[in-house]
Amino acid sequence: MSSLEIKNLHVSIGEKEIVKGFTLTINSGEVHAIMGPNGTGKSTLSKAIAGHPDYKITQGEVLVDGKSILELEADERARAGIFLAFQYPSEITGVSIANFLRAALQARLAEGEELDASAYYKRLYDKMDRLKIDRKFTSRAVNEGFSGGEKKRCEILQMAMLEPKFALMDETDSGLDIDALRIVAEGVNAMRGPNLGVLLITHYQRLLDYIVPDHVHVMYDGQIVKSGDKSLALELEAKGYDWVKKEFATASAR
Amino acid sequence: MKPSPDTLPADEATAVENPVSGIDQSSGNFRYEMDYAFDAGTGLTENTVRYISEVKKEASWLLDFRLNALKTFHSKPLPTHWATKDLENINFDKIRYYLSQGLKPKRTWEEVPDDIKKTFERLGIPEQERKFLAGVEAQFDSEAAYSNIKEIVSKQGVIFVNSTEGLREHPELFRKFFGKVIPTGDNKFSALNSAVFSGGSFIYVPPGVKVAQPLQAYFRINAENFGQFERTLIIADEGSEVTYMEGCTAPKFSTSTLHSAVVELVALKGAKIQYITVQNWSSNVFNLVTKRGVAHEMAEIKWIDCNIGSRLTMKYPGVVLKGRKARGEVISIALANDGQHQDTGAKMIHQADETTSNIVAKSISVGQGRSTYRGQVHIPKHLKGCKNNTECDALLINTNSRTDTYPAITVKGDRNAVQHEASVSKVNEEMIFYMQQRGLTEGQAMSLAVNGFINDLARQFPMEYSVELKRLIDLEMEGSVG
Ligand SMILES: Nc1ncnc2c1ncn2[C@@H]1O[C@H](COP(=O)(O)OP(=O)(O)O)[C@@H](O)[C@H]1O
Ligand SMILES: [Mg+2]
Repeated sequence: MSSLEIKNLHVSIGEKEIVKGFTLTINSGEVHAIMGPNGTGKSTLSKAIAGHPDYKITQGEVLVDGKSILELEADERARAGIFLAFQYPSEITGVSIANFLRAALQARLAEGEELDASAYYKRLYDKMDRLKIDRKFTSRAVNEGFSGGEKKRCEILQMAMLEPKFALMDETDSGLDIDALRIVAEGVNAMRGPNLGVLLITHYQRLLDYIVPDHVHVMYDGQIVKSGDKSLALELEAKGYDWVKKEFATASAR
Repeated sequence: MKPSPDTLPADEATAVENPVSGIDQSSGNFRYEMDYAFDAGTGLTENTVRYISEVKKEASWLLDFRLNALKTFHSKPLPTHWATKDLENINFDKIRYYLSQGLKPKRTWEEVPDDIKKTFERLGIPEQERKFLAGVEAQFDSEAAYSNIKEIVSKQGVIFVNSTEGLREHPELFRKFFGKVIPTGDNKFSALNSAVFSGGSFIYVPPGVKVAQPLQAYFRINAENFGQFERTLIIADEGSEVTYMEGCTAPKFSTSTLHSAVVELVALKGAKIQYITVQNWSSNVFNLVTKRGVAHEMAEIKWIDCNIGSRLTMKYPGVVLKGRKARGEVISIALANDGQHQDTGAKMIHQADETTSNIVAKSISVGQGRSTYRGQVHIPKHLKGCKNNTECDALLINTNSRTDTYPAITVKGDRNAVQHEASVSKVNEEMIFYMQQRGLTEGQAMSLAVNGFINDLARQFPMEYSVELKRLIDLEMEGSVG
């Protein structure tokens, strides 16, 4: 059982503060959904946790199992079990999915240890079958020329292969049609369990019909302004983000 | 200058054990202290040339050839009007032009002097020979220390010896083609090579013979302040096929080292020559090499040229497409790390109808590294049905690196087709972050990005060489991140 604790986190890009005191604890086994209007700092939060060098953490803590990860490089955080499914995944010219994942897994082994290639392919193909990804996909360059849906499925495939302790999923639903959404959701649901904690960032309640969260938080202007269970998502859907904005505005005016 | 061979027996050469301490012993960066039997001393005069010729017991025409070349060398200016001024930092008076432990290469590794053998073992040469090569020549400073060809190949009539032996044993064949593809006065450095050349390979493949496995030469510089000037001549007779691969390394010295080879290829009617270079010079080496081939009717010459390391490389492999339907190709990969300049490219000289040429050049510039592509494609007006495709892609890793492209394509007449594409891209921070987020270190991410960039080319190499190339790139990139 692991925990990811985000305590009073402040994140700046350049001079501008984007995340302004974000606090949340995720235990393994739990799925927390974060909803919020565009530009509120959801992606910034997830990239800062993952260790993006441009995102400065000016205050607060991020702890995995009680230990701060803020001194770690992005790759060390990744190997410590943090996975970020990107809202906009990068293309890597000339590097096939198979080789990329192989390198990522190899990087987790001790010096001198070699990845068992045949076991690796067996596992890779198995995961691909489950995510209904064509096996031919493995030889395509990572995200190069992928449709939006393919990119997101590729993120889920990587997540499935790397088996993180905590997954930060940034708008994994955006750009997906209903079939792709269902497949991605099934993939995530299959990974759900006592060994995985999920931070599910989404703009729409729709995803939460398929991946049912344990907790829902509304983020506005760099912090959580409201928390509840899955019914909060429905309420938000019904009332719209203006409701949050208004409520938050009156709350901060008081 | 050491006494010449008449006064000094070759076996006086003694190898001193113990590698020099204090230098990084990884990859090619190590060296053994040597006592050379033959040493032309420091600096370049007529006497240097005479010494080399005498040591090799050469025919008088060759001595004349060398002396003439020396005059040409002195009369030609450095090409700094178009190339880098860094050439001015070569001090020709401080270079040693000939160093060897003996002239006759050994046929078995057991006979090779210990330290030289150890050097090549560390570079993995005997092992590669066992695994996948038809023949190996291992040059140590000025001469081959080892040279062998598998019996099955020599029985087919294939000749694979060093240039000295080639001249001695096959003078007519040698002389017929020698200096014809690249005349002495082609450029200042081809003249220099023509004056002081030593080592390199002489290969002849008889008509119709297809050499199944590659022949390989490995060029090792061991001495400081040294110049290596090998001369290679490959003749593929009608309908024959051969693949030749060369590798090169030198230890890293604080002073500069000069490598200036001349390589001439002749592919007679319907022959195919593939010439593969994976160079990994240390960052003190001036690597100024002239490489050109003549492709006769229906013949095919393909240069695969990977330039990693060196301080300055100037190299533009070329093909003269002399016969109808001849094909020429240059696949070039250059990696310029901090403080390095890769000035590379290709030349395609079309001289017959329906000749085709293809150039794909990829360069990677890291840190202060600088890459320059120079191309020359020439298709005269009277020809028809000629085609050229040129593709230059540059990858920049961090904003200080510099890349220039000078694709000179002169195509006259309207019965020929050319295509030219160029791109410059940067490894962006988001992509590196993405890869790091999957657990790769920054260095691993960089090398994966670079390997991805050249992947479509590397896939065309023989497996062993693409593995080697990947390993070299990994080493370079790991070293290039703080
Ligand atoms: N790299 C960046 N440079 C400058 N500003 C940025 C950068 N990334 C995000 N921002 C700004 O930070 C704010 C939050 O963006 P983001 O975290 O992407 O929000 P969300 O994911 O909630 O839509 C926005 O105002 C956006 O313009
Ligand atoms: Mg976002």
